[in-house]
Amino acid sequence: MKVSDISKDGNFTLLTPTVSLDKDVDKLFCCDLLSIAMGKAPSGSCWVTVMSNVNTLAVATLTDVSCIVLAEGVTMDDTLKAKAASEDVAVFTTELPIYDAAKLIDSLR
Amino acid sequence: MPNLMELKYQVSNEDFTRAGEASSDVKKKLKQLGVSPDVIRRVAIALYEGEINMVIHAYGGEITVTISEERITMTLADRGPGIPDIDKAMQAGFSTAPDNVRNLGFGAGMGLPNMKKNSDTIDISTEIGVGTTVVMTINL
Ligand SMILES: Nc1ncnc2c1ncn2[C@@H]1O[C@H](COP(=O)(O)OP(=O)(O)OP(=O)(O)O)[C@@H](O)[C@H]1O
Ligand SMILES: [Mg+2]
Repeated sequence: MKVSDISKDGNFTLLTPTVSLDKDVDKLFCCDLLSIAMGKAPSGSCWVTVMSNVNTLAVATLTDVSCIVLAEGVTMDDTLKAKAASEDVAVFTTELPIYDAAKLIDSLR
Repeated sequence: MPNLMELKYQVSNEDFTRAGEASSDVKKKLKQLGVSPDVIRRVAIALYEGEINMVIHAYGGEITVTISEERITMTLADRGPGIPDIDKAMQAGFSTAPDNVRNLGFGAGMGLPNMKKNSDTIDISTEIGVGTTVVMTINL
């Protein structure tokens, strides 16, 4: 599946409209601790987390995840959205809890 | 063998918004040099963890990255408090990170283990009250 398939589901709101949604999503990864995500997030995965700060973006770009999904209604302020866009990372937000968000995305595959 | 490239970065104290800049920049440069994605990922992980540690646990410092035909060498020198027990610090799960950094998602005690796992050699020299220097190499 592609990142764009996530944007087609009404549960997920795209926070980075200028970023291309053409990347493939091969896996799902759930984690909120950054050094664990840094060590384990598979490249090409969709990373579901409630941790939203500039370091989340750094970990996402360094591990080459395909997109970030912020669960539990967690979002990003405009500065962070702009940074995500400049780093070319697609970020979604959803009201769903982490498990439900990941399960739903898995079912879209 | 001469170095193909030497990169230097100043890491400032407590600046979480900039932490990761050195790793991102090195990643870009390695991509331009055509280094394999696996090696780039390992360098990025190891360097980022080291960079964050310099911000969280020390008062910043300097990162030097040299690239030769054979390997990438990363030297992270900080002006921090030093590490009293390196063996303990290397253990997965050991962390002295304060609450304010834990709230940012750090403090799993996985940074040094990640650095060890992703590099071919890691050498830590530390002096209490003076600072810590971590040297990691990754073979090309
Ligand atoms: N540069 C440093 N100067 C002083 N102490 C350090 C330094 N780097 C690591 N330490 C000590 O070693 C411990 C373990 O470091 P490690 O990077 O493994 O975990 P952490 O930084 O606490 O958490 P995480 O990296 O998972 O966010 C730290 O909590 C700190 O006590
Ligand atoms: Mg650390």
